[in-house]
Amino acid sequence: MNTIAETTIEADPKVPVIRMSRDFNATPEQLFRAHTDPELFARWIGPSGMQTRVVEWDARTGGSWRYVSTRDGQEYGFRGCFHEVRPDRIVQTFTWEGQPDEVALGTLWFEDLGNGRTRLHTQSLTDSFEGRDAWLASGMKVGVDEGYAKLEEMLANGTV
Amino acid sequence: MTSNALSRIFSALADPTRRDMVARLSAGDATVNQLAEPYQLTLQAIYKHLKVLEDAGVVSRPPGPQPRTVRLEAEVFDLMDKWIERYRRQAEERYRRLDAVLARMNDETGNDSQEQKGSVA
Repeated sequence: MNTIAETTIEADPKVPVIRMSRDFNATPEQLFRAHTDPELFARWIGPSGMQTRVVEWDARTGGSWRYVSTRDGQEYGFRGCFHEVRPDRIVQTFTWEGQPDEVALGTLWFEDLGNGRTRLHTQSLTDSFEGRDAWLASGMKVGVDEGYAKLEEMLANGTV
Repeated sequence: MTSNALSRIFSALADPTRRDMVARLSAGDATVNQLAEPYQLTLQAIYKHLKVLEDAGVVSRPPGPQPRTVRLEAEVFDLMDKWIERYRRQAEERYRRLDAVLARMNDETGNDSQEQKGSVA
């Protein structure tokens, strides 16, 4: 089994974008399926410690999606549209229902590396640096409480 | 109070000029005049940006001989790095789950082709 390098990340200083890439021992077709088949998708999207239930899923250009993640009885809903769905590329909007005015535009594409390996590229564009940084700080919006607890500690003890 | 401190950091860093100033200060301390150099802005406007960054605790101007230099508060910068690293780690965890899903897909197709071979033989 090939060793896989860990996810790389870049927070662009010029535009409020988060870019990531990661290699997989899989073909582009398999990665595409794992992103568009709701049953497969729900198995890995996480976040960890949460159960994800796909409520609505029409993975076609112009379709829409909605899923709900649950932890300790607390539900977090996410929804958006599939703007474009192609075997090599998926463009979709992403909104946490707790902050419906903040809509991120996600683009992901699959780069075939040959020998059954594929590089997944993702890019999330938010509508402001403030939104992007808050997004990064909270990990994934859902983790707000958990993430901010640590930060509050740092703010409280004067680290920040 | 704490969430105010946090929003101040976010809004301080929301402005492209201030982000640029912060990026330049990460290379080393600078005087206000040095900081102002690349921008088509009045010194007054530069001071205004600095005030926002200072109030948020992103930079400081320690007392000393004139002209005083502006210094990046490294803790705030480290904090940004920590946020990014944590976000990256969460993505990595997610992609390891995806690895497992893909591996199972591979097994399934592997079994399928073996069965096919078996039936041909």
